[in-house]
Amino acid sequence: MNEELLNKVNQKLHDHFHGSVEQHELLYDYPVFTVNKEKIHDVLKFLKEDEELNFHFLTDLTGMQTADEKHLGAVYHLHNMQKNYRIRVKTFFPMIHPEIPTATDLWPAANWMERETYDFFGIKFVGHPNLKRILNVDEMDIFPMRKEYPLEDQTREDKSDKMFGR
Amino acid sequence: MSKEIQRTKLEIAKSPEGLEGPGFFATKLEDVIGLARANSLWPLPFATSCCGIEFMATMASHYDLARFGMERLSFSPRQADLLMVMGTIAKKMGPTLRQVYEQMAEPRWVLSMGACASSGGIFDTYSVLQGIDRIIPVDVYIPGCPPRPEQVIEGILKIQELAKNESLRRRNAPEYKHLMNSYGME
Amino acid sequence: MSKKENKHTASSADTKPGADTMEKEYSTLNLGPTHPATHGIFQNVLKMDGEIIHDAVSTIGYIHRAFEKLAERRPYAQITTLTDRMNYCSSPINNMGWHMTVEKLIKAEMPKRAEYMRVIIMELSRISDHIICNTIIGQDTGATTGFLYLFQWREKIYDIFEDICGARLTTNIGRIGGFDRDFPAKTWDKIRAFVKEYPKALTEFSNLLERNKIFMDRTIKCGPISAERALAYSFTGPNLRAAGVDYDVRVTNPYSSYQDFDFIVPVGTAGDTYDRFMVRQEEMWQSLRIIEQALKNMPDGPTHANVPNFFLPPKEEVYNNMEALIYHFKIVMGETDVPKGEVYHCVEGGNGELGFYLISDGGRTPFRLHFRRPCFIYYQAYPEMIKGGMLSDAILTMSSMNVIAGELDA
Repeated sequence: MNEELLNKVNQKLHDHFHGSVEQHELLYDYPVFTVNKEKIHDVLKFLKEDEELNFHFLTDLTGMQTADEKHLGAVYHLHNMQKNYRIRVKTFFPMIHPEIPTATDLWPAANWMERETYDFFGIKFVGHPNLKRILNVDEMDIFPMRKEYPLEDQTREDKSDKMFGR
Repeated sequence: MSKEIQRTKLEIAKSPEGLEGPGFFATKLEDVIGLARANSLWPLPFATSCCGIEFMATMASHYDLARFGMERLSFSPRQADLLMVMGTIAKKMGPTLRQVYEQMAEPRWVLSMGACASSGGIFDTYSVLQGIDRIIPVDVYIPGCPPRPEQVIEGILKIQELAKNESLRRRNAPEYKHLMNSYGME
Repeated sequence: MSKKENKHTASSADTKPGADTMEKEYSTLNLGPTHPATHGIFQNVLKMDGEIIHDAVSTIGYIHRAFEKLAERRPYAQITTLTDRMNYCSSPINNMGWHMTVEKLIKAEMPKRAEYMRVIIMELSRISDHIICNTIIGQDTGATTGFLYLFQWREKIYDIFEDICGARLTTNIGRIGGFDRDFPAKTWDKIRAFVKEYPKALTEFSNLLERNKIFMDRTIKCGPISAERALAYSFTGPNLRAAGVDYDVRVTNPYSSYQDFDFIVPVGTAGDTYDRFMVRQEEMWQSLRIIEQALKNMPDGPTHANVPNFFLPPKEEVYNNMEALIYHFKIVMGETDVPKGEVYHCVEGGNGELGFYLISDGGRTPFRLHFRRPCFIYYQAYPEMIKGGMLSDAILTMSSMNVIAGELDA
């Protein structure tokens, strides 16, 4: 069933957005599509509004950093409850210019999810109504989930990094 | 028909040492006040995470905390004696905790419940305060993640001992002022 | 005195009938991070017009503990203790969800007995989560009795968990691959006794509140949300089912042999507080039903999958066999091999679809682990749900949504 879904969605995306889908594969049981950053909003809008695919539910929106630590990515998990279709859509962009259009006009649920992604990775969602930090302190100026920043608070003096942390 | 009723020997509170006589009982003022304070502490449950649920279990009927005089939970710091900090305190929450502590009137005690409040616990991260004693002075620490209700009761009993044996002049003494100044408070 | 425009806040002492030339001023109320009735620390700044709420702005993050960054530092078996502390009212469900995610990654074959045992533990923790939520809704309306009566039963569930894993609340129960050993015989007796005796207590609690006029007046039409708005805000779990959408991960994407069990998914109509309360009540009955079926049909067999990379070998082999010793060492030091890949697995938590998105690069710790936390996602809709209602309704809506601060901030 998942192979069929992969091929169906791939075919539709190919018809409408030729060249924007950089990669498509079936990972464990999820069809995963990597989409070009320029077309990500149009692709998501199409996936939501197409009558057959109808991915009306945004399960999750999160960010990630690639292994080479030069690119950031946004990962969308979409869900069609009536037909039980689940797919994952990814898009990558360079870390020096991390901007992609927001998805809040398609799914209001994306509001806080995008704020969390901005808070952790610094990805700017263009068009977001209120892109501020949500979980960390407002005065923080680093994006802590990036690999370059350490986990521990460097100013603590009661725990020795030789024993704690690795 | 009258039966011998066995009366249990109830000791509500041990009376302090003093001179007793017909119609009078003379003792130190400190002892009486200590007794009253210890057995009627009004706690402020500052519950943030998992330890809060264990506190709820301690307040519930199985491990009843009301037997120790903690029947009335005060959520207003102005009316509370004992600040029970239960759960992780993040750096974002630190100023709020400090404000709550400063609003409490003397004499006040602080109980830090759980590993997170005592030292940061398993969360050795950039966003968690590594122990509330960085911002407010603490009297009793209860380790555990989360501590069992019996451990919480033991911590409360230790606070009661502290309250019972505290000198009336302690809060005005220079050592106490020095302690407060080290935290940046008057 | 001539009727001039009075620009001041309308207070009951000054308002004269017919004085509709007065301008309204909104007052700001801070439902601060520390508040007796908010279960957890999050702040809401409310713009009020008298007692009616006009608007609200939420601030969260007061207990942000950086779970996702912590997870990048810990080996796979140690992350279970992190998942405990997300929705701490039902930590076994979080634990099992994480174990199933890793099993999906390593493509482990699960024995049926382990899956049935997992189902029993997950349903018991679902009952304990709903006990907290429903008794606290009762307490917020003033009915403290339900809280005191039902917490006794939570102690019984704690007893069962303590027999199995040693801890009451933050359980870290089970292993990646099942359970390290079968439950003790007295634990099976305790589970059977619970299933037999809990219905009486639940009936007592239901009689106290379900058709109680005061409770119904307080909770009906309090904080409603329609099904379309709930879906747009990515609601899942009892909050979505109360709004009318019958989405349950156990039915649509069954995991751990849930397809073998016969249970109904309760659905509400209006999406208000009363519906959320009733959906959780009925879910407790259904959980009892599932546990009964699991006890009746419990298959025999091993309680652990064959995953040498995660299962500590028995001590006799460790002392005698070189290979077992090496495995033991590697597992304890967290140096187990995990294939590269990315996987998303979701379970039906106490609050909805709890998802784990794991990207592994073959190392001893995950490359990226993201928790799809239902509380975080549906709490966004809170300002919309309380708009136009009164302050006391806002408090009740918050407690009926079962917002757990640990899951909100992670």
